[in-house]
Amino acid sequence: MTKKIMMKGNEAIAEAAIRAGCRLYFGYPITPQSEIAEYMARRLPEVGGTFLQTESEVATVNMVYGAACTGRRVMTSTSSPGFSLMQEGISYIAGAELPCVFVNVVRGGPGLGDIQPAQGDYFQATKGGGHGDYRVIVLGPSTVQEAVDLMGLAFDLADKYRNPVLVLADGLIGQMMEPVELPEMRDLSNLPDHSSWALVGAKGRKPHKVTSFNIDPHELEKMNKRYQAKYREIEKNEKRWENYRVEDLEYLLVGYGTSGRILKSVADMARGDGIKVGVFRPITLWPYPYEALAEVAEKARFVLTVEMSSGQMVEDVKLALEGRVPVYFYGRMAGVVPTPEEIYRHFVKLLEEG
Amino acid sequence: MMAYHGIVIAGFGGQGVMLIGQLIATAAMLEGKHSTWFPSYGPEMRGGTANCTVVVDEKPIASPVVETPTEVVAMNYPSMMKFGKVLKSGGYLFINSSMIHETLDRKDIKLISIPVNDIADRIGNLKVANVVMLGAFLELTKTVEFKSVEEALREKLTGRKSALLDYNLRALEEGAKYVRKSMSTVG
Repeated sequence: MTKKIMMKGNEAIAEAAIRAGCRLYFGYPITPQSEIAEYMARRLPEVGGTFLQTESEVATVNMVYGAACTGRRVMTSTSSPGFSLMQEGISYIAGAELPCVFVNVVRGGPGLGDIQPAQGDYFQATKGGGHGDYRVIVLGPSTVQEAVDLMGLAFDLADKYRNPVLVLADGLIGQMMEPVELPEMRDLSNLPDHSSWALVGAKGRKPHKVTSFNIDPHELEKMNKRYQAKYREIEKNEKRWENYRVEDLEYLLVGYGTSGRILKSVADMARGDGIKVGVFRPITLWPYPYEALAEVAEKARFVLTVEMSSGQMVEDVKLALEGRVPVYFYGRMAGVVPTPEEIYRHFVKLLEEG
Repeated sequence: MMAYHGIVIAGFGGQGVMLIGQLIATAAMLEGKHSTWFPSYGPEMRGGTANCTVVVDEKPIASPVVETPTEVVAMNYPSMMKFGKVLKSGGYLFINSSMIHETLDRKDIKLISIPVNDIADRIGNLKVANVVMLGAFLELTKTVEFKSVEEALREKLTGRKSALLDYNLRALEEGAKYVRKSMSTVG
């Protein structure tokens, strides 16, 4: 076992990316994730990588696009308003089928909002923040350790499917410190081979072409069909979730990321009072684990979804259950993190109202 | 001894409240316990307030946020007024009596006053007032062991900062000594 160390979420995310083989980082600082850029600026030169602070998030995403064309592991990180600025580029990257990793450490919105932890970017992250029929794989860590683990997975999935992957954290995951075990440094010579398509110089061979463009609608539809076939494959293979105390549940709580972990406290409190409560925590937010959720939720008298938003993921919970189980919602917005006690009070109120 | 601790440590920016929170969380990790440290990171003016929430438990920590802390450390008056109110009944409220001359009107808590600035001044470095407080805190709450905090300090204070290690170790000891003495006179 490797030694546990105390690390801030943002720094752990950065170190995990480097250990996953990321040597290229482009970014523009924004709270509450600037420590990722700060860490990369210091650490990447030590491992032969490149850190570049851009003039804007629009420049960032296009630099990521360019670097991803070479097939090398590349990432950026930002927070909500910055992620909005990147959407056009992410659509292009998805259309060009390029592997790269984004981290959005979500803060309160809309607009300039504030800098506290929030989950109001779920729709943007999972339903396509940019234009066109594309999908981004979205992973939602709930602890610093899970953020570390999911960074490695993010790069692997990006390479496997030639698709952008987003790690959707929030200000709490970014700013908090927790003990973590870091993975070993990946051997760069063992990373996936992209020589069949990457743009690395065409001397002595036919040029490769990377584009999201085709002027002929029939040809572009063929490209779209290829994307869609890939998305179905991802849906088939990559759904991830965690069940907590669901074996004998009578009521189910559903949440992801920070609210997902807080719900475990709520379930423990309820069980202390003799109420059988379980938690379902999706880890992949796209592809969403509809079937796994339905399986545990169908035993519940009702489902309470909790988010740090006005209610976004709750729509996926309703899609999973198709009206078979009542679904309620509790949320805090704008950067307020709900406490287990206040969620439990809301849950008890629902129980009493029958 | 209680396994779960949900601790709020608050004061002016610069009083070292973040550091002592990190020391508790790191010491807990070194003991094989679970711990989380979450800082306030909102915009503040110079001299504004800073606080962090530390959770220590034997089992994995679900919520890093705490509604009713089991212990509160208040290094200044606004912190006492803000977090003293939400302290759990029967919990410890540690106040820096070098700066706080008022008390909190609650009979259901254990109020511990330590003149940490004065003690730090006697040690010869005002900057270790926070660690004096930490010594007092550990002596009474037993959240983590002194030797784990010492280990965490040794890991933190390396290179140029290693000169400060002795001050910090003395501060820990003096804080603990102060509460031992005052407890025995109070009875």
